[in-house]
Amino acid sequence: MSLLELSNVTLRFGGLVAVNDVSFNVEEGEVFALVGPNGAGKSTIFNMISRFYTPAEGDILFEGKSILEKEAHEIPSMGIARTFQNIELFEQASVLQNLLVGRHTHRRSNFVADMVFTPFVRSEERAHREAVEHVIDFLDLQPYREKFIAGLPYGVRKVVEMGRALAIKPKLLLLDEPASGLSVEETQDVAFWIEDIKKVMGITVLMVEHDMHLVGAVSDRVMALADGRMLAIGSPQEVQNDPAVIEAYLGSDGMTDDGEAA
Amino acid sequence: MRIVFKTSYDADIRLFKHNAQAFWYLLLFAFAILLPFLVSDFLIGEATLVLIWAICGMGLMLLVGQTGQASLGHAAFMAVGAYSNVIYQLNFNMPFLLSFPLAGLTAGVAGALVALPTTRLHGIYLAIATLAISVLTEDIIIILEPITGGIAGIFAPDIEIFGYTFNRYGNPVELYWLVLAITFIVIYAYRNILRSPTGRAFAAVRDSEVSAKAMGVNVARTKMVAFAISCTITGLGGALMGHFATVFTNETFNLIISITLLLIIVVGGLGTIHGAFFGSIVFVMLPLMISLTRDAVGSLTGSGSITIPGLESGIFGAILIGFILFEPMGLYGRWLKIRTYFELFPFYRKDMFRRQKSYLKTERTR
Repeated sequence: MSLLELSNVTLRFGGLVAVNDVSFNVEEGEVFALVGPNGAGKSTIFNMISRFYTPAEGDILFEGKSILEKEAHEIPSMGIARTFQNIELFEQASVLQNLLVGRHTHRRSNFVADMVFTPFVRSEERAHREAVEHVIDFLDLQPYREKFIAGLPYGVRKVVEMGRALAIKPKLLLLDEPASGLSVEETQDVAFWIEDIKKVMGITVLMVEHDMHLVGAVSDRVMALADGRMLAIGSPQEVQNDPAVIEAYLGSDGMTDDGEAA
Repeated sequence: MRIVFKTSYDADIRLFKHNAQAFWYLLLFAFAILLPFLVSDFLIGEATLVLIWAICGMGLMLLVGQTGQASLGHAAFMAVGAYSNVIYQLNFNMPFLLSFPLAGLTAGVAGALVALPTTRLHGIYLAIATLAISVLTEDIIIILEPITGGIAGIFAPDIEIFGYTFNRYGNPVELYWLVLAITFIVIYAYRNILRSPTGRAFAAVRDSEVSAKAMGVNVARTKMVAFAISCTITGLGGALMGHFATVFTNETFNLIISITLLLIIVVGGLGTIHGAFFGSIVFVMLPLMISLTRDAVGSLTGSGSITIPGLESGIFGAILIGFILFEPMGLYGRWLKIRTYFELFPFYRKDMFRRQKSYLKTERTR
């Protein structure tokens, strides 16, 4: 049984078919990358897995169970965490508070107990904090712990968002363009972290990424999409050499005589 | 600038950041308790009013400042608190100690019920829906004339706790202490919310609903909880206001009061407990200042006392606009800037508190 299974998933926005009959499996313990030109439907697939969108056809199974009857906010407690392409952090809160929100699915107290701040709430807070500190150590976020998101540089925000998803302690981590807008060094850091997330934390990673160096370095399997359809699936090398993929990225071979694209 | 060396996680959980801060706040609390020995009974009455407005303001602050949900109808929940408190006492013979928390709960339940349909709305639409609630409440009070007294109003009995009565005119100092004690309890509960998962869920909903969902926060439920707690606090404030006003009608808690509450939290500083207090001090002291100025001008020009209709509302409006334009962080924000200036002297930069440009947001998925 695969950790995540998409079978014949289709999603339409009005007349536009954003995702067209896509099927793939993500196996436990692998890093699976979705690549493709802009508008290929990669982020749409992410939004369906996190239940922001409901597919018109097909089914999405997580650990063998359909997630389509779940609401968006019930997905993290199943063990699926995600980041966003354009960073969706809680801007008016500190890094620590952002990471602590990631612990929300592990919360056992209710708002009445919170208001009184019972000893149980206090001990829960300590436990949450300890879990978050592990993430902070893992991602080297110590210097930013108390900083407010609103004042942080873009690269750090990206890492904080990854940390917030890790604080959920998911089984499956969805990374939506983890390296977009990052410098070369920062991208290398991301590559190391993805390796560690897989090997040390044992978390399966599904990511959307444009940086083919990063994809080639960390992913076990890659799926290429274009116009909502699947083009190729396999190892990074196989996908990169696939004629359909090359055509989608570079256009077809049909050149006119004077060398310009047809 | 003070550097706090943290040696345990509790350092971030405790109510005060460090002992010096605890000292200053305890000094402030002591000052508040000893205030009646320092000023006249008239000013104690005004101070009581400040505290009551601050309680109501904290209620709205939790909703607007912490959860990011607008409400132009919070006077309605003050009314629910005030009316139910008195009705429980008069019609059900409940003592104040029972009717007062029950009145808060009633307002809280009313708030949760209102939240059920309205929290699906965003921004301006939510504001309009809550505005409608505020208008509707006035009518409901008139319709329920047999128990609310309708246009004639309802008379609030003196607060009585174990045979000891509190009256605004009879013993203003004791009433002040009672309100102060309730204020402390509300502040404590508010602080607890801020440092617990509930408060973080509120902030998550305020800053990014999409992201809150992705973190497992049930957005609809969180908004409902925020409405419930907010309306409970405002309802408690309303109940106290009812006793303070001694008699109130359908017009006591009208739309102007809703807007006043909003003014209090915006002028004070959104998202902070301090803001509710700063705002209510301004709101209570301003009429006093206006009448003093009027008398001074009158005696200066020798024309006697001048009354300009609508002067107060005009000045309030001007202050609100001024704050939105020049100090969106409110009085507390200004205080923070001044404090930082001295703490960092001479390294304070003018743009330290400037709102950073936020990066591109993900398109809304709804």
